Parts: sequence; structure tokens; C-alpha cells
Amino acid sequence: MEDLKRVILDYVVKEYVEEGDDRQIEQDTPLITGGIVDSFSMVSLKRFLEKKYAIQIPDSEATPAAFDTVSSLAELVVRIRSGAVPA
Amino acid sequence: MGYESPVLEHSLQAVREHYQKELQNLREAGLFKEERTIHTPQGAEIEVEYPAGAAPRHLINLCSNNYLGLSSHPEVVAAARRGLDLRGYGMSSVRFICGTQDIHRELERKLTALLGTEDTILFPSCMDANAGVFEALLGEADVMIADRLVHASMVDGMRLCRAVQDTYKHSDLAHLEEKLQEHQDKRFRMVITDGVFSMDGDLAKLDQIVALAERYHAMVFVDDSHATGFMGKTGRGTHEQKGVLGRIDVITTTLGKALGGASGGCVSGRAELVEMCRQRARPYLFSNTVAPVIVAGALKVLDLIGSTTERRDKLEQNTTYWRRLLTEAGFDLKPGESPIVPVMLYNAKLAQDVARDLFAEGIYVVGFFFPVVARGQARIRTQLSAAHEKHHLGRAIEGFVKVGKKYDILGKGRQQIVERYGQ
Repeated sequence: MEDLKRVILDYVVKEYVEEGDDRQIEQDTPLITGGIVDSFSMVSLKRFLEKKYAIQIPDSEATPAAFDTVSSLAELVVRIRSGAVPA
Repeated sequence: MGYESPVLEHSLQAVREHYQKELQNLREAGLFKEERTIHTPQGAEIEVEYPAGAAPRHLINLCSNNYLGLSSHPEVVAAARRGLDLRGYGMSSVRFICGTQDIHRELERKLTALLGTEDTILFPSCMDANAGVFEALLGEADVMIADRLVHASMVDGMRLCRAVQDTYKHSDLAHLEEKLQEHQDKRFRMVITDGVFSMDGDLAKLDQIVALAERYHAMVFVDDSHATGFMGKTGRGTHEQKGVLGRIDVITTTLGKALGGASGGCVSGRAELVEMCRQRARPYLFSNTVAPVIVAGALKVLDLIGSTTERRDKLEQNTTYWRRLLTEAGFDLKPGESPIVPVMLYNAKLAQDVARDLFAEGIYVVGFFFPVVARGQARIRTQLSAAHEKHHLGRAIEGFVKVGKKYDILGKGRQQIVERYGQ
């Protein structure tokens, strides 16, 4: 799980943190509610997770709550891979 | 009149209560927008009733898109009136049935010449143009790669399209290049950007975007609504300013800002792409044609700006002057070269308080805050017009300085303002 969180965190920082933005993004930093990721730019995060982990994230699971932190994203990936989420 | 069904009555009551609570939440969060009522034509000076019922006050207007000062120009009004007399009030039709007049075609030809493209079609608004263009041109095998700060109308239009969506950090060409490389497996790639970004007033780096697009075989789409008529030496737009005339595949723009300020928009660009929109774009197929009066007014605007650069030159001078006044007074500005000059305040309530106090000083501006801009990025977006004279801007800076001193924001940057007022 820690490896998973680290990979997702690295992607979020690279994809969303703009030059000159000195905010520290941690595993539980609010991404959506913190204004770092919005619904428009969220698509690339969803696509990254699906491609990287060979999963399909149903629209019903691609919620602001599930995408709000690196930790919640990692939990979502684990749940989908375990088969707990219907396709 | 009552409802017969207690279940229905209960449901309606629940709906009302839900939305009353939502509206109250907006008020408490300082995010509720109020409209002011204007009692004059648009111009550098207007009369505004606020609050409702108050006697209208005479104010200097610093927040319209009337960039060339033509929204109430007597020749434009006269031409519109002639258009009413000669071509009627409305066509009661979409374009392809019986909604195309000779003046629509003439306006499309003249916009094509202004923008330096191959063809143009009119839409009821640029919002409609953006709603229809992506779906008409792209499909599941394609990708749209948009700057993260594109206008809401492009976000909405992209959501209606089945092509893959992606975004790049605002004006970050290295990030755009990564995305173009990533999407080389798609059939078509389209880079999507504003020409001038409406909230910050900065210009897209179109020369570099075009170079990347050509290298990676992508189309370039630009919404130039805040540039057409005045950016570039002859007012053709951001692409002229950046030296890439003739290299933009699709341009959308509006007649509702510099080009008269009434309504209407267009898609302009490569002939095949424009024709596809004529055949397939839903707002074009299903929404009423632009009214003859609007077309006639817009034709006169193009006449007026086609023979001289006097107005766009004056706008440029006003912009330079206003920026200098604000900077010397100590306001925190977003850097830029367009006539959109944001005065940064970061806190939504502060933005509204400053706007209210400026109103009392005879200056009409509006606070911009979430969701119009990102949280913590509230501002007063001032906009210049060729209709402004130096005395307007001189009077305005006096008001700004007085209010700036009251709130102790002069000479302060983001950190200091947020420390005091919060974000």
C-alpha cells in the first residue's frame, strides 16, 4: 500500500503542482477540496490510474470523495483490484 | 390555488427548502452574486441602480468587455436600425431552413478576412460555438488537450464530445509537449486554448503552441473572444500578436465584446472544419439564426475598425496608463499586456467589500470569486476601453487608492493580504 501511495503521490505532484506553487502535497492533502485538482483536470488522474494498474474505474466510483486524497485513491485502486467493486 | 395531492405538496416543499438552504449557504459563504441595474447604454460612464430601488448613480465603468467603445456608437446603432428596416426583426428559423440572409453571408466573409482564415460561420453566441465545435469535429479516436484555465464554455463543449480529454498546466509548454507525445496513438490531436485568458488577462504562447502542434501533428483551436478586434497591430487577434496568422486551425470568437457587444459568435478556420460545423454542430443546426439587427450592427463595426487602428491603439495606450497608475499606487496585479487588468485581493469577502466601496466612490467594478475563479484567487477584474479618457482613469485611481488605504492593501502581496483577511 505504501508503494502504491508513493507512486500516486509522485504522479499528482508532477501532473498538478504548477511552477512557483510551494504547497507541500502529502498523502492526506485534500486534492479536490483543496483546489489542487478540479473536475476538469481529474480525467488525466483517472486515466493514469486505469492505465498504470490495468483497472477500470466505474463512473460511480470516480467521485470527489474517492479522488480527494492520495490515500483514498490508493484505497480505491486496492478495492477495484481485489474485485470488491463491480465493473 | 392549492395542490390536490399532499404527496406532491410535500415534495415541492422539500424541493423549495433544499434550494433555500443552498442559497442561504451561498450568502453565508460570501459567494452570493447580486446584479446591479443599469439605466443607460453601455459606455465609459453609466448610471447604475444599486441596491434595488435606490436612485441611479453616475459611475465610471471599469468592467465591461466594450474594449473598442463601440457598444453604443451612433453609427453602429444607426446601422442596426437600418438592418431592422431592411431585413426585419427576426428570421424565426435556424440557418439551414430559411434563416440565412445575404447579410449573414456578408458578415461571415468579412470575419474571415479579419481573422485571416478560410471560412466562417455564425452562431447565436461564442458559448454556442464552443458547445458545438468539438463534437462536430472529433470522435472517440481523437484527443482534446486543453489548457487548464480555458473558459467554462470550452470545458462544457469538451464534455459534450466523445474524444479523449486531457489537460495541461496553464501555459506550461513542456507539459503540453508531454501530452502531445503521450497521445501520438490517437487519430487526431487538438490543442485547445484561450487567446487571452479571461480571468488573468494573460496571452497564450500561441507561437510556441503552434510550433509544438506542427511538430506533433496536432490541430490548434483558439477562443479569441477577449482579443478579436484589438490584439495585434491591426486588431486581428492573439494570433496576429504572436505572429501566427494563418496557422490556427479553428478560431472561435464573439460579437458580444469588442465587436459591438450585442450577441453572436462564430467558428472560423480551415474550410473543411468550418463546413463540418455547418453540417453537424448542434447549436448551429438547432438554434435560431443571429437576428438581422445584430448582423447589421456587426457589419458596421467591422467597417469602422477596418479602415483605421485608432481605436485599438487608444485601448493599448489606456491599458499601459492604467497598469502604471495601479502599480505605482501599490496594488497587486497579475502581469499582462491585454486590457484585462486583475487587481488581486484573494479573499471573496474582501473583493466584494472593495467593489462596494469603489461603487460609493463612483467606480463600477465587480468582485470575482469562487466559482468564477479558483478559491483563494478572488479579485477585481478591471477592463479598459477605447471609450475611456485619461480623466476617467485619473478619477478611478483616486477612488482605488482611497479604498486601498482603507483596507490596507497597498504595497501588500498575496501572503500579507491572506494573513490579514484569510483565503
